[in-house]
Amino acid sequence: MSRTIRVLIAKPGLDGHDRGAIVVAHALREAGMEVIYTGIRQTPEQIAHAAVQEDVRAVGLSCLSGAHAKLFPKVVALLREKGGDDILIFGGGIIPEEDIPALKKAGIAEIFGPGTRTSAIVEFIQKSVC
Amino acid sequence: MGLAQKIFAHDTRAASRLLSWIEDGDSRASGELREIFPRTGAAYLLGITGAPGAGKSTLTDLLISLYRSRGLIVGVLAVDPSSPFTGGAVLGDRVRMQRHATDAGVFIRSMASRSWPGGLSRAATEAVRVLEAWGCGLVIIETVGVGQNEVEVSRLACTTVLVCAPGAGDRVQAIKAGVTEIADVIALNKADLADVEHAASALEMTLALHPRGEWRPPLVRTIARDGMGVEELAGAIDAHRRFIEGNGTLAEKKREGLKDHLKEIIRRKLHERISGRLPSDGELRSRVAEIQQGLADPYTVAEEIAAKEIMP
Repeated sequence: MSRTIRVLIAKPGLDGHDRGAIVVAHALREAGMEVIYTGIRQTPEQIAHAAVQEDVRAVGLSCLSGAHAKLFPKVVALLREKGGDDILIFGGGIIPEEDIPALKKAGIAEIFGPGTRTSAIVEFIQKSVC
Repeated sequence: MGLAQKIFAHDTRAASRLLSWIEDGDSRASGELREIFPRTGAAYLLGITGAPGAGKSTLTDLLISLYRSRGLIVGVLAVDPSSPFTGGAVLGDRVRMQRHATDAGVFIRSMASRSWPGGLSRAATEAVRVLEAWGCGLVIIETVGVGQNEVEVSRLACTTVLVCAPGAGDRVQAIKAGVTEIADVIALNKADLADVEHAASALEMTLALHPRGEWRPPLVRTIARDGMGVEELAGAIDAHRRFIEGNGTLAEKKREGLKDHLKEIIRRKLHERISGRLPSDGELRSRVAEIQQGLADPYTVAEEIAAKEIMP
């Protein structure tokens, strides 16, 4: 018996730029993972509920609106509240270097900026959840 | 406390974990399933099937709202295909339903088909039971986007809705066997498109040619994007429900479903018992070499292996 890795890819915030999220979803699919994609303009509450119902091992957040500093930690807090504190959370999008330490402190395991190879994200997830 | 007890207390995380165990074939699932079984079997199961892009998820989203307004706790199993090459999947049905994500009376679970044929997932039957134990009075089962031959949902669901859209072929397509035969209700979606009359007449002709007992599947026009026709669709589903409850078909269907499920469990148990005794790939390859050299045939080899190693 092998446990299939299920990952939620979600876009919190108000931007509609979903190309990055879709490229990542496709790369994870190619790596044999099951990717639940919830579409653009999701609230942290919607993302946390979906993550729990879908029993995912990891949540990838993509934000290009600049609201990551508020939205990403909110998702972490809501997931902990719902008993999902074992779920790996990573992020991507347009995230300034100087914001990354605070996000990591808030519980975001890793930030993948523009130019990241998708294989780096795949390896990161495989290494972290096994 | 085990998962089953938590699920009875409407615990979402426990239910979602048991769903994963079922999907993964985790041996811990069967004990929990045994425990929840007495509290299952009562929900009304609604199948939604149709071609990719016909509007299944958007209609499902609208039906969730409608049944919530009737006070029902609603479960959704949304199946999408797995890659035959990598096993991976992108499960995107939730995109259309996310406004219900924070409703405590709705449980939506995306499922990959994991190479199971027929438009569902192997786990679907037992997943329905988990949602029933969690409290759902109605479970919507949305199949993968189907072609012509994926009819398994009609064995599981009490009422099966076939979602069609205009432009999907001529009258010959409509009279072929397969998915058009399993519909209890047909939703002709995107009814604002130009060739809707053509599609409607092709479907009507099929329905006229294929009388299935006394129930004639109604054709309901919907425009899911604008929320049009959903009341009428729900009305048609209600009418079918009254019909099959009244004439005993539903009870018969539930009995047959349970029989199928029992058979599946037996098959799985037998498979578990023998899977460790199947010859290794290396052994099989050497036997294949024999067959290719003309020294043996596959039927004799299979019988030898079965007699010697599997069922001595």
